[in-house]
Amino acid sequence: MSLRDIIGKTLSEWMKGTGPESDIVLSSRIRLARNLALVPFPATAQDSQKRHVVDLIDSVVKQEPVSPVLQNVDFVRLAEISPLERQLLVEKHLISPQHAHEVRHKAVILRDDEAVSIMVNEEDHLRHQTLFPGLQLQEAWKLCSKIDDAFAERLELASSVRWGFLTACPTNVGTGMRASIMMHLPALSMKDQMKRVATALSKFGVTVRGIYGEGTDVLGNVYQISNQVTLGQSEEEIIEHLVQLTRQILEQERNTREQIRSRNRIQLEDRIFRSYGVLTNARTLSTHEAMQLLSDVRMGIDMGLVKGLEPRILQELMVMIRPAHLQKLMGSEVDAPQRDIWRATFIRERMKLVA
Amino acid sequence: MMCDECRKQPATVMVTRIINGKKTESYLCQDCARQQNDLSIFSEGGLTLNNILAGLFEPKFAFPNAVSSTASIRCENCGLSFSDFRRLGQLGCSECYKQFETQLEPIIRRIHGASQHTGKRPTVSRVTALRGELEQSRRALREAIEKEEYERAAVLRDRIKALEEQLKQS
Repeated sequence: MSLRDIIGKTLSEWMKGTGPESDIVLSSRIRLARNLALVPFPATAQDSQKRHVVDLIDSVVKQEPVSPVLQNVDFVRLAEISPLERQLLVEKHLISPQHAHEVRHKAVILRDDEAVSIMVNEEDHLRHQTLFPGLQLQEAWKLCSKIDDAFAERLELASSVRWGFLTACPTNVGTGMRASIMMHLPALSMKDQMKRVATALSKFGVTVRGIYGEGTDVLGNVYQISNQVTLGQSEEEIIEHLVQLTRQILEQERNTREQIRSRNRIQLEDRIFRSYGVLTNARTLSTHEAMQLLSDVRMGIDMGLVKGLEPRILQELMVMIRPAHLQKLMGSEVDAPQRDIWRATFIRERMKLVA
Repeated sequence: MMCDECRKQPATVMVTRIINGKKTESYLCQDCARQQNDLSIFSEGGLTLNNILAGLFEPKFAFPNAVSSTASIRCENCGLSFSDFRRLGQLGCSECYKQFETQLEPIIRRIHGASQHTGKRPTVSRVTALRGELEQSRRALREAIEKEEYERAAVLRDRIKALEEQLKQS
């Protein structure tokens, strides 16, 4: 199999680099938290109750006629796949890091294009997720809402007139919705603007985080912004608000890029091409370093300075150079220094593939 | 050694107080120590979301004037007590929202700045949803009995009973 085929097989829908504003917005994600009425939430449920939830959801997914939005899905019990395979799902953002731990009576439902994934028995009984490339939050919401409806027809979901959808943690109650936009913001980061942006956004009920969610580092200047509040506003209002803020950030990022280009052109080009040079020649690379270099090169592609590489190389590589993906690719599990060597080799090979 | 305060649970925390230069020591269980506000809200695992949330329910932060008996209220459906909730930062089941409504209301308002949902509601009627789940569960029960999985069958039987009851009520 050629390298291109391997990459093609690994790509989830969101990694394809399509969609509006895809020069900066990598992906749009909607997550809905839902629970069965009266059945204890996963953290307090007994094993037999958790198992009941997994079995029930499994039968809902398989029940004929299968709902159109649940076609081409696989029901995967996490205890039945290897830790490495679970880590692959985390690295692709299809399940949360918490979901991959203590996997007894946990499952995930995956659609073949990986635009839909549903976690069973994470913090809530059900966590529906839709993940689209580019700025398509509305579209992601529409699909996620249909999936929600498909389950609501067959299960008694926990909700109340006053509080809306009831969730294990009161921070999610109401819509149960977390809308997130993943953005690549190298120029704002270069100008040390991200702290200021994060502070400003927090005043509007929006949080800024690294790519693997709560408590994770920022890697390669890729940030996730998402709504904090889930009660008192409709889903459409929350989405509209987040999209408006995103557009402002996009404009700032683009302006800052142009500013850097006009004031420090040589320094900018120097940095981008040095990074290009390291990526195409290094013999060992950590994830952290590789992501920073890739961020520079991606900005160079976006600004027309680096030619012959597809912009989506950032999304591809940000997943494929993670530890589990590298080990899958190479067919064995090894320690970090060996992974750094493999990572450098893989990136060098990938950089040779011209658009 | 049992807790100096309640004498029911084992003591796991030593509390040293120095008041006006006079030192006293007491040995408390986790729950009593918490009630005495002697444990920092960040004492376990740092500043995580659940810890902050749990901190919001600490009596000294949330209910400065509340009677301490709220801690012992239990959810009739899942058995979670209000003090369990304070410790976990998570509720036990959907019914907890009803049982602890008075205590939750100010907290939820503080988190969200609102206390009334205005978004999407389940699009199908409750009766349809109940019937749907009943059908699923009955099928699963037959399967469980065929496979002689009795523990599972017991869970399903309880669930079916609960669903039938609710269907009657609606």
